[in-house]
Amino acid sequence: MVKREELKIEPGEAVGIVAAQSIGEPGTQMTMRTFHYAGVAEQVPTGLPRLIEIVDVRKEPKKPLMNIHLGPKLAKDEAKAKEVAEELEEVSLRKIAEIKESFAKKEIYIVVDLELMKYEGLEIGDVEKKVRNTGLGKVDVEGETKVVLKPKSASLKNIRRAASRLGDLHLKGTKNIGRAIVLKEGDEYYIRTGGSNLEEVLKLEGIDQGRVYTNNIREIERVLGIEAARNAIIFEVRQVLDMQKLDVDTRHIMLLADAMCTSGVIHSVGRHGLSGEKASILARAAFEETIKHLINAAVRGEEDKLVGVTENVIIGQPIPVGTGTVKLTMKRGKKK
Amino acid sequence: MAKVMAKLRRKRRRSAVPRPEKCTVYLNGKLIGFHQNGGELAKQLREKRRSGALSQEANIAYFERTEECFISTDSGRARRPYVVVENGKSKFTKELSDKLKKKEIGWEWLIKNGVVEYLDAEEEENTLVAIKEKELTPDHTHLEIDPVSIVGAVVGQLPYPEYNSSPRITMACAMAKQSLGVYASNMNLRMDSRAHFLWYPQQPLVQTSPYRVLRMSERPAGVNMVVAITSYHGYNMGDGLVVNRNAIDRALMRSTFYKAYESEERRYPGGQKDRFETPDATVQGYREEQYYRHLGDDGVVVPESDVQAKDVLVGKTSPPRFLEEVSIFGITEEKKRENSVTVKSGEDGTVDAVLLSESPSGNKMVKVKVRAARVPELGDKFASRHGQKGVVGLLVNQEDLPFTKDGVVPDLILNPHAIPSRMTAGHLLEMLGGKAMSFYGEIGDATAFSGDTADRFRKILEAVGFTSDGKEILYDGITGEQIEAEIFIGVVYYQKLHHLVANKMHVRSRGPVQLLTHQPTEGRAREGGLRFGEMERDCLIGYGASMLLNERMLKESDKTSELVCGKCGGIAVHDHIKNRSYCPLCDETTNLAEIEMSYAFKLLLDEIKAIGIFPRLVLKDKA
Repeated sequence: MVKREELKIEPGEAVGIVAAQSIGEPGTQMTMRTFHYAGVAEQVPTGLPRLIEIVDVRKEPKKPLMNIHLGPKLAKDEAKAKEVAEELEEVSLRKIAEIKESFAKKEIYIVVDLELMKYEGLEIGDVEKKVRNTGLGKVDVEGETKVVLKPKSASLKNIRRAASRLGDLHLKGTKNIGRAIVLKEGDEYYIRTGGSNLEEVLKLEGIDQGRVYTNNIREIERVLGIEAARNAIIFEVRQVLDMQKLDVDTRHIMLLADAMCTSGVIHSVGRHGLSGEKASILARAAFEETIKHLINAAVRGEEDKLVGVTENVIIGQPIPVGTGTVKLTMKRGKKK
Repeated sequence: MAKVMAKLRRKRRRSAVPRPEKCTVYLNGKLIGFHQNGGELAKQLREKRRSGALSQEANIAYFERTEECFISTDSGRARRPYVVVENGKSKFTKELSDKLKKKEIGWEWLIKNGVVEYLDAEEEENTLVAIKEKELTPDHTHLEIDPVSIVGAVVGQLPYPEYNSSPRITMACAMAKQSLGVYASNMNLRMDSRAHFLWYPQQPLVQTSPYRVLRMSERPAGVNMVVAITSYHGYNMGDGLVVNRNAIDRALMRSTFYKAYESEERRYPGGQKDRFETPDATVQGYREEQYYRHLGDDGVVVPESDVQAKDVLVGKTSPPRFLEEVSIFGITEEKKRENSVTVKSGEDGTVDAVLLSESPSGNKMVKVKVRAARVPELGDKFASRHGQKGVVGLLVNQEDLPFTKDGVVPDLILNPHAIPSRMTAGHLLEMLGGKAMSFYGEIGDATAFSGDTADRFRKILEAVGFTSDGKEILYDGITGEQIEAEIFIGVVYYQKLHHLVANKMHVRSRGPVQLLTHQPTEGRAREGGLRFGEMERDCLIGYGASMLLNERMLKESDKTSELVCGKCGGIAVHDHIKNRSYCPLCDETTNLAEIEMSYAFKLLLDEIKAIGIFPRLVLKDKA
């Protein structure tokens, strides 16, 4: 009990600054070390680039990936796992067919590779149907390998656009999942995918929904909510720092994640996020885009309550942190 | 050139079978014609040049791949000499060498007779150059005059550069330019704004041939020091140097620092001008009397007077900045303004020389040179010629330094960690060479690629009774005990670099502030403060040291007190004449409060007003 009380942070402690310094200092070391780190080309961004990715809350990580663990029935069976993996892999039209444009005849030809198509378990009819569903124009099948599309509007621009859209046409599998391979951990098989689609993967049968992992934090926020996203941020930052053997207390990272998530949606660290949305005008103006903040504040007739640290440093008052939190109240005698 | 070309062209016309002209010929970048055999053309032109029919300054380059022949005679090409090689034999023969030694022939003769020729970058492309005569094969076209010539004038002066890693060579070159020595043979007459002069400079014990050619021993910039490679109580960690204090007392690496001050009797529009004189006490801005004590009758310091900071070197009065109104009594006596030149803060010395002359604009001008001795002290920078720089970390009395069986005490102790990772083996070789040469009484040769070998030094050392590896048994100067390890000790040429503590040291407890921000000035020259930056601020916040932060950022910086209008929130003013405070915006006189703030904040408010926003300060009682 005593120990726990001792561990509590005291009121007035500048936890934010301490957290920032505690993550920032080893981060600087990390940059310097990676500069001198020769060797393996990294497949997934780690180190500082990944850390920046996380705090900037990019739409999608540079290399999104998922780990999908399988349910008890499939986990021990490599063949079954491979089946699931194959089902997952996205097959787009570009992958099995060549798309040619004929500007003279104002047609688009889709020549499928029979072998590839067969391997993916598709038929020319499926392709025809999918192409027709796009509603781009009239579709015909010529011979065994050729699908002809006559676009509705035959302007050159539209033909070009239709052709490039056809390339991305989704035929089979889960969208955004480029590759899926089966890996083994202990005596259990699991699937690692390149690309991430949490929403669809969670709907799959036979997998262990509770252990699905993706490194796409934005996706986690959208599908599972803000609390899951907060945990994801903590997990990802931890992972980056652990990989470099940097010992940073989890609570600093938790504070960072909390700061990013308290508003209910993820905010990036920086101009467009945390710093750009501080309550104080002076604090915002001191950070970046000074004039913009001052003018907007003037237009709205805002008032700065001077409760934060930066504001008080600017005007030259003791800051409301640490020893500055203590105020003396005194009963005065009768007014003179 | 055109004549020769025309001749060659005529020759071609007469040839029996006309062949397609495939090679384009350029003279100084301009297309001047075609030739059916560019290689042959180039060959013939070169022969003509070597025989003296063509100018020695012409260069011919032929590119087989593109079938182009470039003839260059224009100015601005970098050219360098090579010995001509024909059939694998150098044209510079033994006989010529002997003749040259006897001074029967000279450099000009060699060039005129096609023994040596200058090539430019383009012609160089057609050559195969041997670096040493031994390497010559029939394919070679030229021979380097000396292997050392593949490096430049600066690297050429470094001893044994081929034993050092290239980054260290680069650093050694950069540092050699910062070394103190005899910088010009007319230095006594010069008035450089800053100059250094090393006392008792020595020529290195181990020299190179470019060093001799450039006659650098006549303006040396260093001293041969006895160096031991070992540790000394941790005072030479991280490129620190431990230096023998007694050696410094014997004037090792002492130098003089000269600084020249300048002043001019400037003329102003309206016929007024400055005047060199000892200002009268009535002059505006008169300093205390003591500061003028060194001035002579002409208002200029007397040579050899010892001056301190703030002392006036040249007394000067200037006309006032603004013209005064003419009073009723006619022309008033003109008020003058003090405008003397003083010794800068933190500096002192002796007036070395005074120069009276005329400025480029034709005014009377004075230059005063002040000299001061610079004795090596903690923090001064030294470097050998191998990119091994260091800063003095400790001065030790001779009796506390280790000594050899002969009683030799090192001048300097270098940390062994400075060697392996930097791979400056040349430093060690120079130590060995310097040691050997100091006993042999000769100058060693450390020219790149051809210098004396370590074996030569080893033999000499053995002959005079040392071990051939340069290591010696040393005895601890403090305890007198023999040091367990044998210690490498030798003689290295060290340079004193012009980064001297005395010229950089800076402290401030109070001082000038800037006019605009009321914050302390910046930089040593302006007696400035040290910036308490954002990250330092963050640290105090992190500690929760609110009051300390407030003291740093406000009280020690730009604290001001401003009247704030409680009614409109603007800044109010106090009229000292009428002794009345009021708000210039709303004329409020009673509801005004004196608020403490940083001047920077007041300035911010003014600037916000300047962009058209009215910031109001809302006042509240302190809770």
